[in-house]
Amino acid sequence: MKEPLVYEMSAPGRCGVEMPEPDVPLAKLPEGMLRDDLPLPELAQVDVVRHYLRLSQLNYSVDQGFYPLGSCTMKYNPKVNEEAARLPGFVLTHPHQDLETVQGNLVLMWALQEFLKEISGFAAVSLQPAAGAHGELAGILIIRAYHHSRGDTKRTKILIPDSAHGTNPASTTMAGYTTVAVKSDARGNVDLDALKAVCDDTVAGIMITNPNTLGLFDEHIEQVNNLVHDCGGLVYGDGANLNALLGVVRPGDLGFDVMHFNLHKTFSTPHGGGGPGSGPVGVAEELAQFLPGPIAAIDEEADEDELLVKLVMPENSIGRVKSFYGNFGILVRAYTYIRVHGPEGLRRVAEHAVLNANYLQARLKATYPIPHADRVCMHEFVAQGIIEGSDARALDIAKRLIDYDFHPPTNYFPLIVPEALMIEPTETESKQTLDRFVEVMEKIAQEAKESPQLLHDAPHIAPTRRLDEVKAAKQLVLCATFPQD
Amino acid sequence: MTYFPHTDAERAEMLAAIGVQKMEDLFRDVPERVRFPSLNLPAAISEMEVMWELQNISDANAHVGEFHCFLGAGAYHHYVPTTVDYVQSRGEFYTAYTPYQPEISQGTLQALFEYQSMMCALTGMEVSNASHYDGATSAAEGAMMAVAVSRGARRKVVISPAVHPQYRQVIRTYTQGMELDIVGDETLRVQAEIPDLVKLLDDKTAALVIQNPNFFGQMEDVAGLADQVHAVGALLVVVADPISLAMFTPPGAYGADIVCGEGQPLGIPLSYGGPYLGYFTSRKALVRQMAGRIVGETVDVDDRRGYVLTLSTREQHIRREKATSNICSNQGLMALAAAVYMSTMGKCGLRTVAELCYHKSHYAAKQIDALRGYVVDQSKPFFKEFVVKCPTSVKRVNRHLLKKWGIIGGYDLGQDYAHLKNHVLLAVTEMNRKDEIDALVEALKELSPKPKKAAKKTAPKKVKAASKRRAR
Amino acid sequence: MKTDPNARYAKTHEWVRMEAARGEAVVGITDHAQSQLSDLVYVELPPVGKSLKQGETFGVVESVKAASDLYMPMDGTITAVNTALPDEPGLINQDAFAAWILKFEPSNPAQFDALMDAAAYEAFAASEEH
Repeated sequence: MKEPLVYEMSAPGRCGVEMPEPDVPLAKLPEGMLRDDLPLPELAQVDVVRHYLRLSQLNYSVDQGFYPLGSCTMKYNPKVNEEAARLPGFVLTHPHQDLETVQGNLVLMWALQEFLKEISGFAAVSLQPAAGAHGELAGILIIRAYHHSRGDTKRTKILIPDSAHGTNPASTTMAGYTTVAVKSDARGNVDLDALKAVCDDTVAGIMITNPNTLGLFDEHIEQVNNLVHDCGGLVYGDGANLNALLGVVRPGDLGFDVMHFNLHKTFSTPHGGGGPGSGPVGVAEELAQFLPGPIAAIDEEADEDELLVKLVMPENSIGRVKSFYGNFGILVRAYTYIRVHGPEGLRRVAEHAVLNANYLQARLKATYPIPHADRVCMHEFVAQGIIEGSDARALDIAKRLIDYDFHPPTNYFPLIVPEALMIEPTETESKQTLDRFVEVMEKIAQEAKESPQLLHDAPHIAPTRRLDEVKAAKQLVLCATFPQD
Repeated sequence: MTYFPHTDAERAEMLAAIGVQKMEDLFRDVPERVRFPSLNLPAAISEMEVMWELQNISDANAHVGEFHCFLGAGAYHHYVPTTVDYVQSRGEFYTAYTPYQPEISQGTLQALFEYQSMMCALTGMEVSNASHYDGATSAAEGAMMAVAVSRGARRKVVISPAVHPQYRQVIRTYTQGMELDIVGDETLRVQAEIPDLVKLLDDKTAALVIQNPNFFGQMEDVAGLADQVHAVGALLVVVADPISLAMFTPPGAYGADIVCGEGQPLGIPLSYGGPYLGYFTSRKALVRQMAGRIVGETVDVDDRRGYVLTLSTREQHIRREKATSNICSNQGLMALAAAVYMSTMGKCGLRTVAELCYHKSHYAAKQIDALRGYVVDQSKPFFKEFVVKCPTSVKRVNRHLLKKWGIIGGYDLGQDYAHLKNHVLLAVTEMNRKDEIDALVEALKELSPKPKKAAKKTAPKKVKAASKRRAR
Repeated sequence: MKTDPNARYAKTHEWVRMEAARGEAVVGITDHAQSQLSDLVYVELPPVGKSLKQGETFGVVESVKAASDLYMPMDGTITAVNTALPDEPGLINQDAFAAWILKFEPSNPAQFDALMDAAAYEAFAASEEH
C-alpha cells in the first residue's frame, strides 16, 4: 500500500485553490531580489484531499483503538474540546491585540492558571511553555534563578533518578548544570542511602517523577523531598504522570517546589502525531517571581463593574521561553476538560486510571515478569518482554501486537528494566478492551514458545512490514528529490 | 459520567481481581495526611453547558473576522484554504502519537517527510526537521546549534537589532545557563546596517543572526554577507517569513547555513499566539547537530518504500544529557497543516499570495505616505509590512481606528525601540481588500494635523466675506 | 568474548595496541562494545594533530539505538584517523580489532601497562552485564 509523494502527483500548471485578482494598482517589483523558481508541488484540490485522506488511513490512533503507551497517557480526546478551540472568538484573535479587546482570552487563561494551582497545590502558574520538555527547561532555569538571587552560585548539580525520562538530563544540560544519577532501590523507590550520599551544598535540586516511570508512588517521597531541602536544594516534579494524582494528592502538599504539567497527557488535549502539546509550570510562593511570562493577572485597579485581566511579567522572571503567551488553542481544550469534570470528576479520572492499570497488572503477572507486581501500581506498570523457553523479546512482542490491532506499549523504557514494556491503559478504556488485551498478550506468549518466527517477522498485516532503520540512518534521505532536478 | 466506561459491576469485578476491597486501597502509598484533598474548583457542567460558557467567553473578544486587521509583527492574518482544517481534523492524524512505531504511523511520517521537503524547497536549504515550538524557539535553537557546531569553542553570537524583539528575548532566556556572549542588538542603534554587525564578527563568533525581511518588514542587503561571516569561521543564521520566500531569493541561495522562523503564515490561524510552528532548516553537513525530530526515507523487509524517524541518537530519549536539545513533543499537527497548505496552494498559489501581500502593502504605504503628518519609511524595499511615523501616539491612533472605524491597527514600535515612539508597524496581506485599505487611510487622515494658517495678507479678505454673508 | 591478546583495554571499552617500532599507538573499540551497539551507522573522527589527555572524548560512534562517546585510553597527539570509517562504519562490526579508529603518539607510554589486559577486560565486561 504505497501512497505517492505529493511531488509524484504533481503536474505543471495545476493549482489547488484560486486567489482573487489584485484589486489595487500593481507596485513595481524590486529588481535583482526575486527568485526564479519555486519547487513546490502543483496539485488539484481533489488530489490534495485524497492524498492526505489516504495517508491518514495508514495511521493508528486513539480514535481507532487501544493505545497503552506508558508515560504518554493516551486517553480519549473529547470532541467538545475541538469545537471549543475552533470558536471564531478564540481562533481569530491576534496575539498583539490591545488587551481590552481580548478579555475573553485573558479570563480563560487566568481561570486555567487558577484551576491548575488548585489541582497541584502551587501558588502560581505560567501557561507559556509549549511542551513538557519546554516546561522542564523553564523549571530548572527557575531553580537556577532562585539560587543566584540568594548569591549562591556554587550549586552546579541536579540529581536525577536513573528511571527518569530522557528530557530530564537533556533539560539539565541546557540550563548549564551537570547531572548526577541516583539509583532506585529494590522496591522501585529512590534509594535513600544513595540520595543521602550525594546531597550537599553543590546540589541545586532534584528532578523527580512521582509516580515514577515504573508506575510506582515513591513510598518515601516526603523524606526524599526533605533530604534535598535540608541541603539547600529545590525539588522539581516532572508532572508527566499526574493522571494518577488528580484529586488524590497535590504535589505542592508533598513538598514539591516547581512542576510542569503536560496538558496533552493529563488533560486530554490531543497528541497530534507529535504535538502541539502544552507544558505549563507551577511553583511554590517564593518562586512565583521567577516564572516565565507574561502571565494573566487581575488588575487590582480596575473599575468595580469591569473585571480587567491583564498580562504581567513576573518581577524577576527568567524571561520569555516562547513568543506570545503559550499554545492558546491547547489551553482552551484543557479548560474545557476541567470544566466538564469538576473536582469529583478529576478524582474519578485518577481512580479509574489506577484501577485499570492494576487490573492489567493483576491479570498479566502470571504470563510476563513484572518486577514490582508485589506493589500496587499507579496509572502504569512495567512488564518485561521475556518469555521462558523463547528467544522472542520486547520488540517482537510489540510488533506482533500490531497484527492484533493494538498499538504496542512503550518499549525499552525505563532503561533500568531490561526488555521493558511500559503499559498505561488510561481511565477511558473499558473492561472489555482490557480483557481482550490480556487475551491477546497471553496468545502472543503462547506463540512465542510455539512459533517464535511469527513474532520475529511481525508485523504481517500493517501498512508496512518492519522498516530498515539502519539504512535510514546510514543513507540519509531526508528530502524528496524534486522533479526538476 | 463523562468519559468513563465502567459500570458498578465491572468496578467490583476488577477490584476483586486485583485483591483489594475498595478504590481507596489503591492509594495506600500516598501519605494519609495529604490524601484526597477537597479541590476548590467549580462543579462539573455538561458538554452542552460548557459550549455556552465558552461562547460567552469568546464573545467578549474582538476578532479579525469582524474587525479589519492591519496587525502583524510575527503573526499574520493569511488565508487558510478549506483543505487544511479538513485534514487536520481527521482523528487518524490528530489523535495519533509521535510516530515511534513506524509501521502504523506511515500517514504522519510521510506527511512530515513531505513537509520537510517543501520547507527545503522554500528556503533553498538541504535538510529540515519536523518542527519546533515557534519562530522564537527555532531561532534560539539556531543560535545554540551554531555553538554546538563549533563544539562549544565559539561562545559569541552576533544578533541584529532588527530581529523580532521577542525572538531576541527567547534566545537570551534559552542560553542564560550557557555562558554565551550575545551582542549586536543592545549595543548598536536600531538603524544599524549589516556592515556594523559585520564589524563585530571575530574568531570567537559562532553565528550572525539576521531576519530577512526584518522585523520592520524591510529586505536587508545581504550581498557578500555570507562570505564575510564564513571568513571568520562563523555560521549565517537567517530568520525568514515563509510567505516572503515564495517571492524573494531564498537564503539558501545567498549562503545561509541555517534558515528558521515562524511557519504560522502557512495555513495556521492566529489563535492568540499558539499553537504555532517553528520551522528549521540547514545545510546537510550540519544535520547531526540539528535538534528535533527528522523523518527519513527507507524500505521495509519487502523492499517497499517507507518512512521512519531517523538520527534519533541526537535526541533526548537516547542521548539524554548529551542530546542536541531536550525537545520531545514538537508541533507535529501544525507541520501537517503547513504541508496541506503548501500542497493546496502549490507553486502558483503561494507565489500569488506573496504578490498580493506585496502589491497591497505598497498601495497602502503610498496612500498613507501622501497623508499630512504621516511618513512611511521607504529607505529599503519592503514586503508585507512597513513602518509609519505618526503625527500622534500610536495608542491614540489605534484607539481612533478601533472605536470609530472598527479597524485593528498596527504594532506600536515605541514599546521595543526607544527612538521609535509614535512609529507604527502596519501589515497588509491578501486578506485586506482595497476598500478596507482605503478605510484605513481615511481613518488615519482624520488624525492628520490641521494645515498651517494662511499668510496674514489674505486674512482680511476672508473676514470681509464672512461679515458680508452675515449682513444679508 | 573475542579479545586481542596484544592489546590493553580501558573501562570505556576502547582497546589500544602499541606499535613499538614506530612509537605509535592504535585505538579501536572492542568486539563486546560493537555487539552491544549493533549496526553502526556513523563514526565521528577527530582532526589529525589534536592533543588529548587520557579520558578525554575524541569522537562518537552511533548506531540506531545508541550514540557512544569514545575516550582516549592514554595521553597523546593524534597522527592518523581511519578515513574508511565514515563511509563504512560497519567495518567495526565486522572486525572490531582490525578496524582501527585512530593512531596517536603517546606522550606517556607508561600508561599502557596500567590498563587492563585481555583477561582482566573479559572479567570486567562480564561483570558489567550483571
